[in-house]
Amino acid sequence: MSAVETSSKLDAKIPAGPIAEKWTRYRFENKLLAPNNKRKFHVIVVGSGLAGGSAAATLAEQGYKVTCFCFHDSPRRAHSVAAQGGINAAKNYQNDGDSVFRLFYDTVKGGDFRSREANVYRLAEVSSEIIDQCAAQGVPFSREYGGLLANRSFGGAQVSRTFYSRGQTGQQLLLGCYAALNRQIKSGGVTMVTRHELLDIVQVEGHARGIVTRDLKTGEISSHAANAVVLATGGYSNVFYLSTNAMGSNVTATYRAYRRGAFFANPCFTQIHPTCIPAAGDYQSKLTLMSESLRNDGRVWVPKKQGDTRKPREIPEAERDYYLERKYPSFGNLAPRDIASRAAKEACDDKRGVGPGGRGVYLDFKDAIARLGKDAVAARYGNLFDMYNRITGENPYETPFRIYPAPHYTMGGLWVDYNLMSTIPGLFVIGEANYSDHGANRLGASALMQGLADGYFVLPATIAQYLAGFKGLVSDTRPAAFREVEQDVKGRLEKLLQVGGNKSSASFHRELGQVLWDKCGMSRTEAGLKEALGKVKDLRERFWKEVRVPGRIDQLNPALEEANRVADFLHMGELMCHDALQRDESCGAHFREEHQTPDGEAKRNDQDFCYSSAWEYTGDDAVPTLNKEPLEYENVKLAVRSYK
Amino acid sequence: MDLTLNVWRQERADAPGKIVSYDVPGVDEEMSFLEMIDVLNERLIEKGEEPIAFEHDCREGICGSCSMVINGVPHGPQPETTTCQLYMRHFKDGDTIFVEPFRAKAFPVLRDLIVDRSAFDRIQQAGGYISINTGNAPDANATPVNKEASEAAIDAAQCIGCGACVASCKNASAMLFVAAKVSHLSLLPQGQPERYQRVLNMVSTMDDEGFGACTNQSECEAVCPKGISVSYISRMNRDYLRASVSTPV
Ligand SMILES: Cc1cc2nc3c(=O)[nH]c(=O)nc-3n(C[C@H](O)[C@H](O)[C@H](O)COP(=O)(O)OP(=O)(O)OC[C@H]3O[C@@H](n4cnc5c(N)ncnc54)[C@H](O)[C@@H]3O)c2cc1C
Ligand code: FES
Repeated sequence: MSAVETSSKLDAKIPAGPIAEKWTRYRFENKLLAPNNKRKFHVIVVGSGLAGGSAAATLAEQGYKVTCFCFHDSPRRAHSVAAQGGINAAKNYQNDGDSVFRLFYDTVKGGDFRSREANVYRLAEVSSEIIDQCAAQGVPFSREYGGLLANRSFGGAQVSRTFYSRGQTGQQLLLGCYAALNRQIKSGGVTMVTRHELLDIVQVEGHARGIVTRDLKTGEISSHAANAVVLATGGYSNVFYLSTNAMGSNVTATYRAYRRGAFFANPCFTQIHPTCIPAAGDYQSKLTLMSESLRNDGRVWVPKKQGDTRKPREIPEAERDYYLERKYPSFGNLAPRDIASRAAKEACDDKRGVGPGGRGVYLDFKDAIARLGKDAVAARYGNLFDMYNRITGENPYETPFRIYPAPHYTMGGLWVDYNLMSTIPGLFVIGEANYSDHGANRLGASALMQGLADGYFVLPATIAQYLAGFKGLVSDTRPAAFREVEQDVKGRLEKLLQVGGNKSSASFHRELGQVLWDKCGMSRTEAGLKEALGKVKDLRERFWKEVRVPGRIDQLNPALEEANRVADFLHMGELMCHDALQRDESCGAHFREEHQTPDGEAKRNDQDFCYSSAWEYTGDDAVPTLNKEPLEYENVKLAVRSYK
Repeated sequence: MDLTLNVWRQERADAPGKIVSYDVPGVDEEMSFLEMIDVLNERLIEKGEEPIAFEHDCREGICGSCSMVINGVPHGPQPETTTCQLYMRHFKDGDTIFVEPFRAKAFPVLRDLIVDRSAFDRIQQAGGYISINTGNAPDANATPVNKEASEAAIDAAQCIGCGACVASCKNASAMLFVAAKVSHLSLLPQGQPERYQRVLNMVSTMDDEGFGACTNQSECEAVCPKGISVSYISRMNRDYLRASVSTPV
């Protein structure tokens, strides 16, 4: 069907056989490593969020020697801790017709047909075991009165398969994983190295053999060698400066690996969440997500008149535009994430936005309170109303919420094959850091599932295949390659400290974020992306002339850490724009204005773009090379995603 | 509004520290406390001075990174609110605000407002888990959990590990922190097999790490951003007593 040719540099290594048997067969046919042999292999895991923490703990349980790094002061603080809503699993506890195939189908369709079927099926297959594992660890999931696990529904699915722990599912899953990790730290299986930041990876004879880190307490640069390296370093939404991600989330690990030869897949697939609290002013440092569930009872509107500065309650009904209800009569306020986000942007671009800077829309509970009563609304959403009140000082029982879309997840990431190995042999990538399962759009409650699937179940099985090729333990950091990379890393940090300009790195980061948000955010055009490419390049040049990084290399120096991350974001922004420009179609979260249906929905072009784009680094200022992995749909029929 | 900030500055763990005073004009009341410090830091950088080092990440009150003693109170004046969720509308023009690190013998200062809380991790490593390897778990619904116990376990499990409880206690005791984990696990059926060994191991590590004794002042509960109740301390004490009596020496 597809005219796309596979790049000779990509081999997805998808096992043969029917989709439902691939994973079982793969495990059966694989070589087994005897436990006493596993002790001879050393694995470095970078990251201790859901993906990295679960991988490090499980590998150590199986007998490998593991060293786990994170830049946080404790594994418990990884960004995963902030996830609220829940985690999907095809348990069918509600007996509402769920199955592995249905979860697989929903995920492929939700991703707008830009993910690899075999990987997604495996994800759906292991989902159920994740819940068993977490419950056994003592993760306190919310329960029904009978004592069994409770479920809720989430977007993009007609069944109830989301497990949760009040509004803090990420925290509880992460603490479960942290506990498993602690048990291995105590028994000596895992050496945990906190407050260390990976600044580059090292290859010996074409294989990943270690990493170079900076000790964030002392500034010491050091090398660490292993038989294999696993990156579980999270996503890069902070390239936009303002996002719902934690302040420290960054792209350095994956971008540095890309520079060393790991291909970066679909970098322009970034998800914008429609319901976040808008920025209050220039000093805004991050954005806070408000659960999407508010759209069940709240009504979204803006004034009909441009530049209307009246208070919301002073604007009569007739002068309000309930634009979601008007434009999408069948879905109304529950229009899907990408549609709702773009519609809010349109209203604000039309100068009808509300709040500071006109970047906000109202989400109004007036009618819901009249219909259900204040108490019923409080019972459903009270904690969200309180959170909003704490942050904005406004009372949403009396005045409508102001919301605005914000970047919050990156589907793009390092390209990996079925084994979760990147194009650098021995370099594995798991969790949000890889690109594997969500295609052009991720469904709610599927990121926690993917991180834990990768870490607890998939990677520990696939990495064994790679390690089976070794004779013994790798722990030697003497090869010259380590010295060269160390020198590189030091040189770059020193260069940052020497620029000696008078602007903070945050000021450049803010500018970068604005350019990307305007031109490579919710909607994109050829002209806009070309303009952005020029602007990002200029910005990067100015950064290296005008930035000021105080302090020294050999001390705890948060300003240096930040500048170093911003320097990588300044490259990452360019890579995203190249990808968005090249993908001359709309799909999922990637909306090219040139390609839309008459009612403004994304219009895919399967004839020419049914592939994953894997970008290959060719130089800091050169245009990267595109490698294509065509996507074959044998089990789910390629179809138009419809919300009607 | 215009503020004066008196901030603890200390270059390294082994260097002496002191309070340094900064004028911070033009603070917007919509700023969070940390954004106000961001603004001050950017001004310092532009002037070629060293910014104030402080710990933070999620800025949503869940990761437990932020840790400032504001006008003598860990996380400042608002109840059940972390430093990152504190907004400047709770201060007024002309205020002088003191900002210091979470202090305790077991939390040495690394730089300015950043302290080393790794002792908390070591307490968790001593027993804050259920021993179950990946892949060995029974079906999740095979073990129903009474809803009341499950809700109480969630209440305890909400601890974000920030250390405000320690910073507020005149003895720098970590009892609330340890009790939260011990209670979370002992309330669940999955936590029973290791229940008594766990409490002994965690409490003895807590003592070894240099945290002080609990004298029931309840300051910890008052500053806990998650409102974790001191009743969990009594709960832990009961388990501890039972464990000490029944464990062969
Ligand atoms: C506000 C919010 C709510 C969300 N809610 C949900 C939800 O309800 N359900 C859902 O499924 N998903 C949700 N998500 C998405 C989900 O939380 C994340 O995708 C997921 O937790 C990522 O996990 P991870 O392990 O891949 O990475 P992270 O948790 O980001 O962990 C990254 C780790 O890598 C380390 N690290 C990074 N770089 C380096 C480096 N250079 N050197 C050393 N260490 C490094 C960090 O220290 C950290 O330990 C939400 C996301 C946000 C922002
Ligand atoms: S920064 Fe995460 S709790 Fe304050």
